[in-house]
Amino acid sequence: MKLALGPLLYYWDNEKVNAFYDAIAQSPVDIVYLGETVCSRRHLLRLDDWLEVAQKLSDAGKEVVLSTQTLIESESDLKTLRKITGNGNFRVEANDMGAVRLLANHMPFVAGPTLNIYNPQTLQLLAEMGATRWVMPVEMSGAALSEMLQSRPANMETEVFAYGRLPLAFSARCFTARHHNLQKDDCQFRCLDYENGLTLKTREGQPFLTLNGIQTQSARVYNLLGELEELRATGVDVVRVSPQAYHSEKILHLFHETLEQRIPPSLALTQMEKLMPELPCNGYWHGKPGLDFIPQPALARSA
Amino acid sequence: MQPETKKFELVCPAGSLPALKTAVDNGADCVYMGFRDDTNARNFTGLNFDLNNAREGVRYAHAKGRKVLLALNTYPQTSGWQRWTSAIDNAAELGMDAVILADPGLMKYATKTHPELRLHLSVQGSATNYEAINFYHEHFGIRRAVVPRVLALAQVEQLMANTPVEIELFGFGGLCVMVEGRCALSSYATGESPNTCGVCSPPKAVRWQETASGLESRLNGILIDRYGKDENTGYPTLCKGRFDVAGETYYAIEEPTSLNTLELLPELMRMGVAAIKIEGRQRSPAYVAQVTKVWREAIDACRRNTEQFVVKPAWMNELGKVSEGQQQTLGAYYRPWK
Repeated sequence: MKLALGPLLYYWDNEKVNAFYDAIAQSPVDIVYLGETVCSRRHLLRLDDWLEVAQKLSDAGKEVVLSTQTLIESESDLKTLRKITGNGNFRVEANDMGAVRLLANHMPFVAGPTLNIYNPQTLQLLAEMGATRWVMPVEMSGAALSEMLQSRPANMETEVFAYGRLPLAFSARCFTARHHNLQKDDCQFRCLDYENGLTLKTREGQPFLTLNGIQTQSARVYNLLGELEELRATGVDVVRVSPQAYHSEKILHLFHETLEQRIPPSLALTQMEKLMPELPCNGYWHGKPGLDFIPQPALARSA
Repeated sequence: MQPETKKFELVCPAGSLPALKTAVDNGADCVYMGFRDDTNARNFTGLNFDLNNAREGVRYAHAKGRKVLLALNTYPQTSGWQRWTSAIDNAAELGMDAVILADPGLMKYATKTHPELRLHLSVQGSATNYEAINFYHEHFGIRRAVVPRVLALAQVEQLMANTPVEIELFGFGGLCVMVEGRCALSSYATGESPNTCGVCSPPKAVRWQETASGLESRLNGILIDRYGKDENTGYPTLCKGRFDVAGETYYAIEEPTSLNTLELLPELMRMGVAAIKIEGRQRSPAYVAQVTKVWREAIDACRRNTEQFVVKPAWMNELGKVSEGQQQTLGAYYRPWK
């Protein structure tokens, strides 16, 4: 299985972004998804800046994929989208059917996790349009994936979101701006203050969700490190790690070492505990509520 | 231009045969309904239509010159593909005027198997721009798209200028603050979501509990809200609870409120919106009657004299009575809401 780094979901300043990807260039990751997928107001890095990062990573031997914005509303959003789909160099991850329209039958593309591919018929359709990899919806279970892949189209890779706070929902409203009693149009770019998002807790103090601008994430960290062998057996080709403000390289390293079977998953999980911003969850994979954490009995025994 | 575009259809919800008849009797141009399973996004116990009820509903509506639309707007799951395709076959056989779909695979089945069947793109298809809508038009010939409740009016107008597809907008009812089809909050908390199971914050996961600190509503054990003695309680839809963000407790995502766009009617008509949709298949026939009646009156008044149209306080009063949390909003159509 290959290791991928998903698109950066938070808003960091340029210095942090550049330093982050400099480190990623040296990491054992195979594929890097780049670009702003959450909010068009986050413009510290323009498309040209992202393309520079892309070139740097490509030169370092990484497969680079440009990810498109998930919620596309305005004509200027569409302009950016067309520039990305027409970049002529890097493969594109389509996160909206508008992007699929621009890519279909023009160039091979990655069908992103928000395209809602829940059945083999839709997967087949996207394959016919030129998708060569698809990213499973985060809420899909391992059992459902297994059924999906029984009739997998030829030349179609399967990628699974395997680490990070889960991107669960998108809205026209900005919840970070709302927290500051600001309107989205005058958000003062408050997302810059929350490099891992802003935690939403229940009134009894249970971390529940993470506000990240117009995106809502889980508070818990989805982590399938303990399920990697199961993923491999199901036919998954790529596992995705989602960037976080700290320790991303260490997390990629632990995933890599586990995939290479140089370290047992139980040990990797223990080492990862201190690197996660919140407790782990893995319920979706097991067909349960996403926030559940099902300890792996096999791992517990070997630990 | 099709005549029905000019007609500005009023599309009303029916969760049962009595609700359907009520909607027709009170002036709905179209009624939309779902079958009694997870093929639609209001998959609640005791709600929706079996084949006999559906047949009677279609007969009743057609006898009065109204249309019936079938919502098949969840995403077929791997294990149940046939359930969705049978629903399409049944829709064609029953003479439904259109089916409302979200899944491209299912659209392909419909166009191949029943080329005469009219397809609408569901709000669950998350099409928020004309490139996306035109994608569904080119590949599956969709004739109408229901646009997610996230666009400002100017954005809707821009979109309409760039697509041959008719546009239907939500006018009234429970407001989704998230883009429909792009929200897995419910499955994160309970295991079931609109995309996978046709439910959001499902009733079976809800618990109410009287405690020393107030009445608590929980969803699969997660505290969604806690009410003081004099506070109105609301259904614990998880995005409408009160939560703690950085030490401040408030409706961090959305207040319990209903969308109400009555005052936008002249603008919507001027823009050439094809239809206005009322949310609430899970609501009672009494709700359907009240809301349909007010909207019928308002649309007729607006059509008679668009320039002079004013919203009657009595209408707002009637709609206010059936609104969630007794509050109403223009939602994203009004830009500062964002």
